[in-house]
Amino acid sequence: MTISADWYLGLSVVLFSIGALGVMIRRNVLVMFMCVELMLNAANLTFVTFARQLHDIGGQVLVFFVLVVAAAEVVVGLGLVVAIFRRRANATADDLHLMKG
Amino acid sequence: MLHVTYLIILLPLVGFAVQLVAGRRLGDPAAGGVATAFIGASFLVSVGVYLDLLTVNAPVRSYTQNLWTWIPVDSLQVHARLFVDPLSMTMVLFITGISTLIHLYSIGYMKGDRDYSKFFLYMNLFVASMLILVLGSNLLVTFVGWEGVGTCSYWLVSFWFTKESAASAGKKAFVYNRIGDVGFLLAIFLVFERIHSLEYTTIFSHLDQIGSGYITAICLLLLVGVMGKSAQIPLFPWLADAMEGPTPVSALIHAATMVTAGVYLLCRINPLLHASSSAALTVAIVGGVTAFVAATIACAQQDIKKVLAYSTVSQLGYMFLAIGCGAYTAAIFLMVAHAFFKGLLFLGAGSAIHGLHDEQDLKRMGNLRKYMPLTWITFGIGWLAIAAVPPLSGFWAKGDVLENTWAAHPALWGLGLLTALLTAYYMSRLTGLAFFGGDRWAAEVPIDVDTDMPDAKHAEGPIPEPHESPRIMIIPLWILAFFAAFAGLLAVSNNHLSLSAWIDPVFGSSLYHDHLSTAALWTLGITDAVIALVGVFIGLRLWMNVAERPQLEVQFLRHSWYINEFYDTIFGRPSARLAAFSADVIDPKVIDGGVNGVATLVRRSGALIRRTQTGYVRNYVLGIVLGTVLVLAFMLTRMWWG
Repeated sequence: MTISADWYLGLSVVLFSIGALGVMIRRNVLVMFMCVELMLNAANLTFVTFARQLHDIGGQVLVFFVLVVAAAEVVVGLGLVVAIFRRRANATADDLHLMKG
Repeated sequence: MLHVTYLIILLPLVGFAVQLVAGRRLGDPAAGGVATAFIGASFLVSVGVYLDLLTVNAPVRSYTQNLWTWIPVDSLQVHARLFVDPLSMTMVLFITGISTLIHLYSIGYMKGDRDYSKFFLYMNLFVASMLILVLGSNLLVTFVGWEGVGTCSYWLVSFWFTKESAASAGKKAFVYNRIGDVGFLLAIFLVFERIHSLEYTTIFSHLDQIGSGYITAICLLLLVGVMGKSAQIPLFPWLADAMEGPTPVSALIHAATMVTAGVYLLCRINPLLHASSSAALTVAIVGGVTAFVAATIACAQQDIKKVLAYSTVSQLGYMFLAIGCGAYTAAIFLMVAHAFFKGLLFLGAGSAIHGLHDEQDLKRMGNLRKYMPLTWITFGIGWLAIAAVPPLSGFWAKGDVLENTWAAHPALWGLGLLTALLTAYYMSRLTGLAFFGGDRWAAEVPIDVDTDMPDAKHAEGPIPEPHESPRIMIIPLWILAFFAAFAGLLAVSNNHLSLSAWIDPVFGSSLYHDHLSTAALWTLGITDAVIALVGVFIGLRLWMNVAERPQLEVQFLRHSWYINEFYDTIFGRPSARLAAFSADVIDPKVIDGGVNGVATLVRRSGALIRRTQTGYVRNYVLGIVLGTVLVLAFMLTRMWWG
């Protein structure tokens, strides 16, 4: 018995929503980071689902691109997080509002 | 020598260039000598051209010299072209001749001036501009000269510009001329719009294409220009202020150049005036009224040069009167005669002023005939000539004008005759005050201290005994006196050498013929002579020994009919108020308000929008999510209902 594509897409929606909500609600920069990763992987899951359903290898190829971009992003992002931790005790996003107009 | 006509203009221009480059190095008096030599050479060339023009056998003698195409633009083809005919030749001869004498005189008069060479620089350019004006074969070349004399008169009138009054007099001359120039320019545009050519000959051969209404408009617009240049009502006050310039400049402006430009232009466009009787009548009325008004003002002026200035305005009025009647030859005759005697009077007055160490107040002159006999004799000839005492030139010239006026417009003739009486009177008043009476200059303080008329120029400090002027200033006086006395022969002789035989063909059918009987001519002539003698008698009788007659010098005339005050009230003050209003209200409120308003708007709207920039990442993310939701919702609705 094969599990239908709807379930995969449903899981993807759930993951994406958790990620988006997490970015919006949580204040810890590390957690927000993980939420962003969650959203990316929700998207990956969608890609893979459609690739399998439509028999198109393009979707799976795109996942690799996303993974590469996500890895690069993590490098930059974690670098920022480390820099922030060096300057202050915790890493709360709301404390970093220097760009306030 | 006709083919070297261009040299007439080129020589003064070269003189100008020489002064420009080497004037200061030449210094005093070499710079003056060089300048005089160039004008003199120009005069000699003019004589050569004149003699050649005489040999041209045609009903209308003329010669056109094409120099180059100045403006070749589609249908606008303007040539730098010179046109020589008896009219322009007459102008050229007396312009160069009298200018030479005035330059010669200036060598002595300007001696020791700080800007000696600069004076001659301007003078040469002035003469060159005037020659361009009269020799131009189309309206635009004439306009170049027209502007040239305007500019040079500005420089020369305000030559002693460190004096406040001289600087503002120069400005005044410039502004009045500028008002006139607007009329001239509009006339040029109108002519071009109608026939697409500015050449005089083309204009005259296409009169029917212009249309009679347009002809009147063109004439009246040109009249506006001419009013400015020739100081006619209502644009005449600048000429009296132009007396701030050195006296040779006054002589040059009044006798040979500048003010005669207007008379020349009206004579040049005689076919247009002939085609529009209303324009011609306007010219006659303007001339007659100006002649009378200026003569009344001259009766009460106290500055010797101002009397002469208003006298010039008055005489120009006579010329306009003649032109308005169609008596162009009479106008030219008076212009030539006037050039001689007014040049003489100005140079004579300059000699008196020079002898009295720059005293110009008539009330502080007196008995100069004893101290300056040569000046007195020559000035006396000029005085009798302008008073129209027979047989001097003024009598014949003014007689010509008056007899034509009598035949054409009897009412204006009456005004003209009254003006003739006034002319003889005020000139005799001037002569009586300056050359007769006691040694008033010896008085310690100025006799007339109640000067609420602050325009008579005074010498600084007490005046030492007057002295006769140097010979270089007296020689031009003698030459001018000779011509002032005998220029009348030009008209009296009936052979082919007379002015009328020479110049009448230029005007052709536009010329007015009065057809008066011999008896009428004699009567008019005797009337003129009697009027002149009566005027001279009254003037001398009243002013020979008495310097103060307040009842004859009413404030109304001393203040030139309050014309300056009038202009000040209706133009000057409102303009000043407008300027003040602009400075106090429009500039800070409207201009600054606009600029500051834009800045404030940007600042306020910026302050509003900056609130969206909270610096909290979650807010931005919320924005992104909401945006995404909106876009998705939009696309979904398109899918379901599209």
